[in-house]
This record gives sequence, C-alpha cells and structure tokens, in this order.
Amino acid sequence: MTDLFKRRAGLASVLAASVLLSGCFGDDDDNNSSNNAGNKMTYAYEVTVLNATAGQPFSPLALIAHNDQYRAFRVGEAASTDLEYLAEAGSNQQILDAVASNDQVHTSQSGDGVVGPGASQTLTLELDEDDFSSAYLTVLTMMVNTNDAVVAARGIKLSDLAVNGYHRVNAIAYDAGTEANLETSATIPGPAGGGEGFNAARDDHMDQVTVHPGAITSDDGLGNSALTQLHRWDNPAAVITVKRTR
Amino acid sequence: MNLRTTFLAAAIGTLSVPAMAADLTVKITNLTQGIAFTPLLVAGHNADTTLFSVGEAASANLQAMAEGGSIAGLSGDVSGAGGVVGENPAGGLLMAGKSTMTDIDTGTNTQLSIVAMMLPTNDGFVALNNLTIPTTPGTYTYNLNAYDAGTEANDEIRGSGVPGESGFPVPPPLEGEVGTGGTGVDAVAEGFVHIHRGVLGDTSSDSGVSDIDSTVHRWLNPVARVTVTVK
Repeated sequence: MTDLFKRRAGLASVLAASVLLSGCFGDDDDNNSSNNAGNKMTYAYEVTVLNATAGQPFSPLALIAHNDQYRAFRVGEAASTDLEYLAEAGSNQQILDAVASNDQVHTSQSGDGVVGPGASQTLTLELDEDDFSSAYLTVLTMMVNTNDAVVAARGIKLSDLAVNGYHRVNAIAYDAGTEANLETSATIPGPAGGGEGFNAARDDHMDQVTVHPGAITSDDGLGNSALTQLHRWDNPAAVITVKRTR
Repeated sequence: MNLRTTFLAAAIGTLSVPAMAADLTVKITNLTQGIAFTPLLVAGHNADTTLFSVGEAASANLQAMAEGGSIAGLSGDVSGAGGVVGENPAGGLLMAGKSTMTDIDTGTNTQLSIVAMMLPTNDGFVALNNLTIPTTPGTYTYNLNAYDAGTEANDEIRGSGVPGESGFPVPPPLEGEVGTGGTGVDAVAEGFVHIHRGVLGDTSSDSGVSDIDSTVHRWLNPVARVTVTVK
C-alpha cells in the first residue's frame, strides 16, 4: 500500500492526493470523492496484467484510456509506425507520446519494466469525471522473443464498473504484420535473440494486423530460428484484470 | 468466453427495448495471417437444429463443406428446418485479414450459426455453433475457433475437394502459396468433430511432409471475429 500510495501521490494533483488520503483512512467510498462541493470526482482503477506465457517476457506495458472512437489498430489494416515500434522493439514511448495529443484519449500510462513469464504487474490509472461516460481501456505489450507480436486487450469498458467491480479479460497475441517472422537471433530483440528491434521496412507476409499464428521455432523445423519450444504460446497470452478502486 | 464480456461491454448505444424480430447485421472478420475462408454460410435456425456437435461424427453435408467448401447441403438442411440462410456474403473467398458483412432477418429463429472451410486445410472449418441470438438491441462480438470435421486425414497435400477424396483443393488465389511434393503428414481421419489441432506445414515448397507453408498457414485461435448487431 505504501508503494501504491507514493506512486499515486506522485501523479495526482494536491486535491486528488487529499481525496486519496481520506480513502486510505476508511471513509465511505461513495462520499470521499464528492465531499468537496464543486470539485469533480476522480475515478481510479487497478490494472493487473498477468503474463500467461511459458517463455515470452512482456515489454513495458502501455495503458491507454480512451473514448469509443480510438483504436490502437484494426485487424486487416496496416499498423501505425507508433505501434510498429512497440511490436518490433518493445518500445511504448512512441505510441504513448502519440496518444498524449490525441483527443480520443483521456489518459495513458507506461508500465514499469519487463513483465516476465508467470509474473504480473499492477498499475493504477486515474480518470477524470468528465471522461467517465465514454471510457475504455486498451492494454498493449510486445512478446519480446518474437519479431512483431503484440499482446492486446482493446475496449475494456471502464464506465460500467462500480467501486470494487472488475472485468477480467483474456488477451490474445496479434501479429503487427510489420516484420517477417524469421525468428532469427538478428531479428529477435528479446533475450532469446538479442538482435534488432525497430526497422522501418515492412517485410511481413502481408502489411496488416492479424491474430498471430504462433512461433514455429527451431524445434519444429524452422531453420535458423533462435527460438525453441519454450517460446511457443497459445491464447490467451495474458489475463488482464481491471478493478475500479475509487 | 471471457473476451465476450469485454466486447459486450463495449456495446454502443444499447437500448432496453426488446427486439420484436431478429433483424441482424453480421460482420465476419478473418483474423488469420494466411488462411482463406471458402463461401460462408450464415444461418438462423431453431434450437432443435445444429450443423454439428463436437465429439460426434460429421454429417455428409458438413463433410462437403469442410472438405470442399460446398455449403449447398447445409443450407438446404437449415431451410428445410424452417431456418433462414445468408450464403456467400464475401462473394467468394474471404482472405486473411478481410471482413464481410450481411443483413439477415432470422424471424422467430433463436439461434445463429456460421461456417466456412479453411484453406489450405484438409477438413478444417471456422464455426459459430448455435449462438443464442441476443434479444436486446446492441452490438455483440464473438471470437470463433477452428474445427476439424474429422472426415479426412490431415495429409496436408494437394488433392480434391470432393468428399471422401484425399488432399485439399487449391483455388487460383492460393496457387502460389501452396507447395508441391509433400509426402503426407497424417493418413487417418479422426472420425469425430473436434477443435482443430492446427497444421504442421513445413518450409519446403517442393518437398517435405506437407504442401502447407508453416511460416504462412499456421494459426492460433481465434481465427475469426463475428460482430452481430441486433437492430
């Protein structure tokens, strides 16, 4: 709780921090956000991402809270260059920078380092009252022992949750379609390869986002693959729990 | 089907007025990297009708769909049982990553099923099996899995789309992607409908065990996404 509090306090305004304090000391949740007349409520969510794979570390998470118009990508269409950075290099900076000036996006947040296989990470997201009526969450991360696989959950509804209510969602892996799935050490940026991350070339089977067909690996006949059977996965690749805490 | 919760939750403009008739728009997206769907059958039917059951032997009409892409038999089954069908909304193959849409008034029929063969496979098919159609207007999204009809050995080599004949048909759009000279992966049909185990494939275009390309034609579920808009 201490760590959580520090993180929240660091991000929140003075007002929001005072609201949080009252929440910490057990005030009624129904009142603590509205007891300062004329001030707007802040909604808070704990987002927990569980890496359900055997051997695919997740790159730092990108959490994006948005309205009903925003899409991080569409199946059958080419990925944005911002998504390509995340998919090929595990870099969430480009897409988080981009959404910061997107009026379809309410707020966003970066995860804290890599989330290993079997590990989970919980982040806190805060939402202003004005954004609550049309609020959805998208979670993105790269499976780093791949060429361009993105684990994604899109459109998790935030505005239908009461305090302590939650959604639990199985997230699947998509292929960004931006890089051929060669699986060679030179093209896998994660620890299984140690190779290149972002490359602007679009040399995948087709330049479009689809569900990922999975890793083939050297154990299953793909010559020059740096991956082994350990790096295979099936869907769901992640389990995401979104709980409203305030 | 946890994902359904998410997308259900994302339904936009949901009203609380009950639907008087099931007037639907059905959007189907091929989510795979390299599999084509043969002409789709979209069927509204009653609760006593089913196109297939997992664990049971496929009907001859399901076999014809799964091995050769022919939906005429299944369509006749549905119509004969008082159902409503939409045939081939994509006007041919629905290629990887592509979507198609159709309107269907299912009348008093309460169930929705969708099937199409997956190419290149021996008897793989994508299916939505017996969905109970939501009665509240709104938009609902479902993820679909790949099934194996169990009627043909998964030899993974070129051949015939005729039921009972080995191999899979290769229509012109797939000609360049499918190899030759495979020696055959499996020789025995399973005998019952089940979730498809996926294709093995190989990386050789003119030899190896399979004419399927492991770098192009493999998939993981889900293989399709269906969005049903209840008006």
